[in-house]
Amino acid sequence: MSEAPGLDTVATATASPDTPQPYAELGMPRDEYERVREILGRRPTAAELAIYSVMWSEHCSYKSSKVHLRQFGEKAPENDALLVGMGENAGVVDVGDGNAVTFKIESHNSPSFVEPHQGAATGVGGIVRDILTMGARPVAVMDALRFGPADADDTKRMLPGVTSGISFYGNCLGLPNIGGEIGFDRSYLGNPLVNALCVGVLKHEDIKLAQAPGPGNKVVLFGSTTGPDGIGGASVLASASFDEELESKRPSVQVGDPFMEKLLIECSLELYAQDMVVGIQDLGAAGVSCATTELAAGGTGGMNIQLDRVPLRDHRLTPEEILMSESQERMMAIVEPAKMPDFLAVCDKWGILAAEIGEVTEVTPEEAERGGRLVMTWHGETVVDMPPRTASDEGPVYQRPFARPESQDALQADDAAKLPRPEGDTELREQLLRVLGAPGVCDPTWVTQQYDSYVRGDTVVSTPHDSGMIRISDDSDRGVALATDGNGRYTLLDPYVGTQLAYAEAYRNVSATGARPLAVTNCLNFGSPEDSGVMWQFAETTRGLADACQQLGTPVTGGNVSFYNQTGDVAINPTPVIGVLGVIDDVNARLRSGFDTDGARVFLLGETRAEFGGSAWADVVHDHLGGLPPQVDLPAEAALGEVLASSAEQGLAAAAHDLSDGGLAVALAEAALRGRRGLRVEVDGDAFTSLFSESAARAIVAVKPGREEAFVALAAQHGVPVTQIGTVGGESLSVSHPGGVVEIGLDELRATYEETLPALMNGV
Amino acid sequence: MTARVGVVTFPGSLDDKDAARAVSLAGAEPVALWHADPDLKGVDAVVLPGGFSYGDYLRCGAIARFAPLMSELVPAARSGALPVLGICNGFQILCESHLLPGALTRNSSLRFVNRDQVLRMENTRTAWTNGYDEGQEILVVLKSGEGSYVADEETLDQLESEGRVVARYVGGNPNGSRRDIAGVTNAHGNVVGLMPHPEHAVEALTGPSTEGLGFFTSILGHLAAPAQA
Repeated sequence: MSEAPGLDTVATATASPDTPQPYAELGMPRDEYERVREILGRRPTAAELAIYSVMWSEHCSYKSSKVHLRQFGEKAPENDALLVGMGENAGVVDVGDGNAVTFKIESHNSPSFVEPHQGAATGVGGIVRDILTMGARPVAVMDALRFGPADADDTKRMLPGVTSGISFYGNCLGLPNIGGEIGFDRSYLGNPLVNALCVGVLKHEDIKLAQAPGPGNKVVLFGSTTGPDGIGGASVLASASFDEELESKRPSVQVGDPFMEKLLIECSLELYAQDMVVGIQDLGAAGVSCATTELAAGGTGGMNIQLDRVPLRDHRLTPEEILMSESQERMMAIVEPAKMPDFLAVCDKWGILAAEIGEVTEVTPEEAERGGRLVMTWHGETVVDMPPRTASDEGPVYQRPFARPESQDALQADDAAKLPRPEGDTELREQLLRVLGAPGVCDPTWVTQQYDSYVRGDTVVSTPHDSGMIRISDDSDRGVALATDGNGRYTLLDPYVGTQLAYAEAYRNVSATGARPLAVTNCLNFGSPEDSGVMWQFAETTRGLADACQQLGTPVTGGNVSFYNQTGDVAINPTPVIGVLGVIDDVNARLRSGFDTDGARVFLLGETRAEFGGSAWADVVHDHLGGLPPQVDLPAEAALGEVLASSAEQGLAAAAHDLSDGGLAVALAEAALRGRRGLRVEVDGDAFTSLFSESAARAIVAVKPGREEAFVALAAQHGVPVTQIGTVGGESLSVSHPGGVVEIGLDELRATYEETLPALMNGV
Repeated sequence: MTARVGVVTFPGSLDDKDAARAVSLAGAEPVALWHADPDLKGVDAVVLPGGFSYGDYLRCGAIARFAPLMSELVPAARSGALPVLGICNGFQILCESHLLPGALTRNSSLRFVNRDQVLRMENTRTAWTNGYDEGQEILVVLKSGEGSYVADEETLDQLESEGRVVARYVGGNPNGSRRDIAGVTNAHGNVVGLMPHPEHAVEALTGPSTEGLGFFTSILGHLAAPAQA
């Protein structure tokens, strides 16, 4: 291999202002490039252009979403539990007794489409490092997945690959996978969604931040070596130095090494415990570019880096490729010089490679004014000399135009209420089974069975129940519960209401296991922000979530935006995935969704209206999407949540299950199957509406025998409508109504529920 | 005196915390052992926990058998003196170390499987199973990608005839193991390898049952009455 034809140093850049630069190929618009030239007072070097292009990308800078995301801070409710808010790697909330929890959800959509297994695997790896970076021990993961139609050829490539990637990486890290969701819709064909969530536990005093204080402190890169994976656009900067054939063999998707990540977790936690780091940042998107600019910007503003000291797995890498590499399993720490020998000894114990690549420097007041000074050299020659804050914090901010699409009126006018309803019990029964067996509703065991849910021994509730719950430690009864939800069909019909419904469902899920909701994370998956209709959906979504969180007192602690999920002009259904975290004081009181207490009375909480817009019934039976989504009533959700959590706390409930996709029909079937007991239920009025309406703020509860009165009184105290609808027991689900009865044996119910995914996915 | 049961941590061990918890719940003192230290710290018995010892990109347990600690453990176990329970990856390590015959290969489904699993206890005379009744069915956790037990027919016949099959899967073979074998023991009965995880079935709050605790109480019984081995 010949050397690159001339290093693009700061001196070269100053001397050759007119050299054409491939900013457009790197995805940087001309005006942003001009702004870089203005900041630097010259053209950027290739390395500087690499840094600005990745740091100012939509993915890293949130330039299209920022103006909307601000509402999460502006409307944030007063909440004493919030210890670290938005803007850091992940939010941190107080859960009592000096314990804190950090959690966040993030997308890895595009890499998963390109290479499902590695894309999903490294999605898990990335979010786990975010949690680790906060100073926490990662303790559990979850994932929210969306695919094209379950019988589409590409879904049979995507789903097994994504599942095996999550399984491979998460299992090997020893993190229980405690829940999540899976959905199918044609809008995701070509744009699958892979959103991974991680939660970590720490003590208040252990919180770490991405900052680099203290001039003279060392900058240490530790973990994996840096290779050419995930470089993507960097090749255009360096094209002269490779022949084309070699270049084409380089993967644009990163490759994960979970064993290295496991070592990195244990090594980092030991470094934290011994107080050996003053600042820490993981290397994710934008790799060294992001870690150095953010650490420097969060500290003195000054840093010198010797890029040639970065340990490489391919010695041919150029400075700009090193800066853009997204090689996984790497961390950057700021370490006091006196602690370096001990730092290296801990790394050595865990077999972790560590390299001192630079140090924190003083900046002059003038330099501070400009945004600090980050200098990088390559074998003694200066290739970067820039104010880091201009890359990390002062990127472009767009006020993208947004407008309600003209088609929205017609969509909402296409009311699901006019769809033909089942005539007679035979058809009602048949439609119940069709909805129950539909890919997005049916038993997800084919997927979830590939995930370790038991490791660490603190999993108190997991799939398939309403939330995932973990005990915080062996010597505490306190637990945290997490649920994620997002219904793209509702959100398409009304993004404001649909987002609040997603939030409400996650809130309800957490309550249904006995926990009280405390804080929120979100992953907002949308089409192109350059489409004004998509941008309107996004604006409505952020407004809806900020309003809901304000109203119910659960702050947004962080999240992630994924734009450009579209093929040609066709965007995905807008899919905000909302994660709600709750706390339960005594995990022994937790509720699960299987109704397994023979003779227990079953109560329906909440009010049922005729609401079918965006429902599973409209989708499965009529392939219809139109009308308005169910109404959202946040005070009713809060009241319901309080009744559920209190009934767990007071020992009134034996089990509980929230109502969502497929309404009462699906909730009853799941409660029966998971409890391995039949249910005898009686409903007033129209059986179809009772069974298939998706009215929000509802749940079913199996009440402990003898506690019925107390339960009804509790519901009344909180103003939640309560109706006794049946009894646990028998070998079938039987629903009688004024016009007749629908009865399905447990065996048939189970076969319908369980056979869908194996039939589609086995042998592919 | 409280029995001291070592739990080995390899760099990629994952269920070491769980195994230590199970040892405590059984009433013994868990002692942390580090793969790189050739020192058994005088423990009375050892658990090799589940996980991916060294990442296991090569073959599960293939590198772990060469760990410094194993140079102390293997001879003591082979002689019949040191009781060793290998769970999941620990079972794989015991096979790679030739303390137990056979090997664990990829599940027949080619997918990782995590599920609650019923086992039938077949040999209740070992150091780790004497607290169970022969034929007793217990509910524990199975979670593995390479859990299919294989050996040649001659070895399988020998295991059967010597009563060295410790436990079998009931209610469907989850991974293609020959003759539904979930666990085996050596001729002395001090070394037991088990693919499912009894340490995840020790608390009603977190496990499918508490029926896995018997492995950890069995070792206490064994140590209290060593002559029975």
